[in-house]
Amino acid sequence: MLLNQFLLLGAVLFCIGVYGVIARKNAVMVLMSIELILNSVNLNLLAFAMRSGTADGHTFALYIIAVAAAEVGVGLALVLLIYRNKRNIALEDLSEMKG
Amino acid sequence: MVAQNIFFAIFAVIMVVGALRVVTSNNVVHAALWLVTVLAGAAGQYILLSAEFVAVTQVLVYIGAVMVLFLFGTMLTRARLGEETDLNNKTWILGIPVALLLFGTMSYALIDSFGDEKLPENAVVVSTQVISDQIFGPYLIPFWALSFVLLAATIGAIVLARKD
Repeated sequence: MLLNQFLLLGAVLFCIGVYGVIARKNAVMVLMSIELILNSVNLNLLAFAMRSGTADGHTFALYIIAVAAAEVGVGLALVLLIYRNKRNIALEDLSEMKG
Repeated sequence: MVAQNIFFAIFAVIMVVGALRVVTSNNVVHAALWLVTVLAGAAGQYILLSAEFVAVTQVLVYIGAVMVLFLFGTMLTRARLGEETDLNNKTWILGIPVALLLFGTMSYALIDSFGDEKLPENAVVVSTQVISDQIFGPYLIPFWALSFVLLAATIGAIVLARKD
């Protein structure tokens, strides 16, 4: 196995996730795209961990998984709150703080 | 080596197709279910990278917990679960050149730096014991910080989502 095949797969997933963050209007879909990005980072970390033969990359990957779980929990609570106040979770409608 | 490459190709195709459907699907629930295939494919790749514990954690945390959260979030914020037409921004087309440019830059940098460097042929599987020695040894302070992050996230989610 080449190192680059994993890194390039991670790059593809990262770019698809970035496209999703830019293109999507629904807040839940944006959170899903962020999950794609975080997974591509984990793939890179584990590929480099196998290259170096140490377990540091595994530790980082586990921490990223935990942070992603916390992020989704708070993010969906925010989305729920916005939905309760506005009956709508389209991100382009959230412009109250525009100057 | 050949079998590993075959499985890598299968998982990679599943992941890329699933990721494309996540960002193009017109149905939020379908997008969440396509995300499951991406996450499962990622777990398969982690096993190919001899990271068994991370793969199992991926299945437990992502496919188990995070997907349930997503489906709950979808169902609590949507009156209907069917197809929708306006899931994209008006300027969604800008995302395509940005993503392609980013991918071009990243793939050029990766191929330039690593070329056809091979991963070690018979790498030892990193056992759970080694990972726990790492977490409770040199990475103990980040582990504590992470437990505070999770506590804060739990309290924050409860405070935000509570009706009062």
